[in-house]
Amino acid sequence: MSELRWRSRRGMLELDIVLGRFLDRHEARLSEDQAKAYLGLLEYPDAELWDIITGKGEPEAVEKPLLELIRMN
Amino acid sequence: MEKRKFDVAIIGAGGAGMRAALQLSTAGYKVAVLSKVFPTRSHTVAAQGGITAALGNVTEDNWLWHMYDTVKGSDYLGDQDAIEYMCRMGPQVVYEMEHFGLPFSRLENGKIYQRPFGGQSRNFGGDQATRTCAAADRTGHAMLHTLYQRNIQAKTHFFVEFLAIDLVRDAEGRVLGVVALDMEKGEPLLIEARATLLATGGAGRIFQASTNAFINTGDGLGMASRAGIPLEDMEFWQFHPTGVMGAGVLISEGVRGEGGYLVNGAGERFMERYAPHARDLAGRDVVARAIAIEIHEGRGCGPHKDHVLLKLDHIGRDEILDKLPGIREIALKFAHVDPLEAPIPVVPTAHYMMGGIPTHYRGQVVVPARTGPEEAVPGLYAIGECACVSVHGANRLGGNSLLDLLVFGQAAAEHIVEFLKENPTSPPIPKEGPDLALARLARWDRREGTERVADVYRDMQGIMQSHCGVFRRAEVLEEGIAKLEEARQRLDRAAIDDHSKVFNTARVEALELENLMEVAFATIRSAAARTESRGAHARDDYPERDDRNWLKHTLAHGDGTIDYKPVRLKPLTVPSFPPKTRTY
Ligand SMILES: Cc1cc2nc3c(=O)[nH]c(=O)nc-3n(C[C@H](O)[C@H](O)[C@H](O)COP(=O)(O)OP(=O)(O)OC[C@H]3O[C@@H](n4cnc5c(N)ncnc54)[C@H](O)[C@@H]3O)c2cc1C
Repeated sequence: MSELRWRSRRGMLELDIVLGRFLDRHEARLSEDQAKAYLGLLEYPDAELWDIITGKGEPEAVEKPLLELIRMN
Repeated sequence: MEKRKFDVAIIGAGGAGMRAALQLSTAGYKVAVLSKVFPTRSHTVAAQGGITAALGNVTEDNWLWHMYDTVKGSDYLGDQDAIEYMCRMGPQVVYEMEHFGLPFSRLENGKIYQRPFGGQSRNFGGDQATRTCAAADRTGHAMLHTLYQRNIQAKTHFFVEFLAIDLVRDAEGRVLGVVALDMEKGEPLLIEARATLLATGGAGRIFQASTNAFINTGDGLGMASRAGIPLEDMEFWQFHPTGVMGAGVLISEGVRGEGGYLVNGAGERFMERYAPHARDLAGRDVVARAIAIEIHEGRGCGPHKDHVLLKLDHIGRDEILDKLPGIREIALKFAHVDPLEAPIPVVPTAHYMMGGIPTHYRGQVVVPARTGPEEAVPGLYAIGECACVSVHGANRLGGNSLLDLLVFGQAAAEHIVEFLKENPTSPPIPKEGPDLALARLARWDRREGTERVADVYRDMQGIMQSHCGVFRRAEVLEEGIAKLEEARQRLDRAAIDDHSKVFNTARVEALELENLMEVAFATIRSAAARTESRGAHARDDYPERDDRNWLKHTLAHGDGTIDYKPVRLKPLTVPSFPPKTRTY
């Protein structure tokens, strides 16, 4: 699981904070599929990921439910 | 231990490391680039404003004017040979990036778009110049992606998610490579290289309030310091006036450019008192200090009077939604206020490290030795924010950092090519070469400890924030040194709970904290020693610049001693700009 933590370390402080809050709240309860979808989201470049989180960009369908959780942070 | 051999090992895949790597790989050398995160997630990605170079696309310009502004901006602490080199090379490295495919924004006539930034003038202090080249508000992102693609084509070998631990040196002091931790496997790797280049970026995480991402932990500075190399001018940190209170996220000058302004606890627009003309658009150091004074003298906002407010609702709903949507997003997420209705709480926030590993303008690391204050360390180079060339001196101008990455990335690569030609083979690595690194790794295998890394981390940041922030005076600094000493001893007694191998982030954070501790000590000791105010270093008890005693660079050694060396006032080809009072 630490892999999720490390890959949530980003070049933009905005993402460090939002992803960190998300993991603090949900990491322990993520299913395997959710963890996979999360790793998928982390593949986006920082600027795009930030756009997605702030609603300016669209992710893949499988990542959407997870995104709703992240956006709340 | 597994071992790999390369011509050059580059530690860091930000703009600086990747620019140097591209040059060396293209020249046919075998280049390893190590990065603790995926290359395009390096902190360079956060740079939004742009890169400064005297292209003259909007207003007439000249690299010599850029040089004058940079020397003045540095409060005359910058080395003028390096500044001349950087400003003269500016247009060339920008056009090179354009040629590599960086998607710059365009003017109507098709030329590269440029915007005006603070501290830019025409004709040696005259009218505002328009000198910063931008790719929308994503210049750093565009730069990293362009360089990464090019490096892949040039067959640069990337070691991704490898954490460099320590340099490998021989008895003569030559640097022969580096030991890194493969984070996925949890195993060390020895990279043997004829030349090693540090490009590990900043260390803003020594402060509680920082605009820097969590990865900015000064690892290269820690490695240099442990290898006996002093750190230069570490007292000089740029504080951005408007970081979101509690989060650090940057609110760009653009907001004040659009008409936003700062108010104190009494609702007063206080910048009018500090800078009657420029007001909220005065230089970063001026605004940051003004905010610090307001808070210090009890005129802050909120129940603890510990911040000021950035007001923009008067700009109007449509304007904000149209011109500043990103800022609104940041305010909502990190300050929990909607700037359409309420002001944003902000504080001066650590942003950029002017000091670093001492180098000359061709990137080679130089240290005091028998021959003088600047003897080269064979095989070792440093560039980018981790290095102190020094082009930023006591205060960096916006947009000059991205320029520094490219110019000295290229210059260091050229010097490395010469060095490799003169040194076709490298001396053997002594058996005990990797010991320093392996001992550091083994130390965190220890299971008994009375302290937690996270607690020491937080306390170190608190100490630096309250004892070595914007406002500095002797007693406060001395007390800070004593507290930091205590924190360091606690770190010695700390242990981590997680001893797994794969992606052990607890171990990584402990190793990072050791580096931050080196940086924090160098910073606060250098700040306590410098009894003057210059650029970003403001001493409440010594408010004036003192050229007679302090026109010199600080060199802070890992053992706590401090040395100085002269500023290079002589440029390469043009007459020197002698120190003058710095007013805007
Ligand atoms: C919010 C923000 C906005 C900015 N905007 C601008 C701007 O508009 N214009 C401008 O000129 N400057 C700007 N700056 C400053 C500028 O972005 C940085 O100074 C610059 O990007 C640093 O680049 P670098 O290549 O030196 O390091 P970085 O981009 O920080 O890269 C460091 C690299 O080193 C690697 N690394 C670090 N430690 C290790 C280790 N132990 N092992 C392996 N790898 C390691 C990292 O993985 C990374 O790849 C801004 C800074 C901030 C914080």
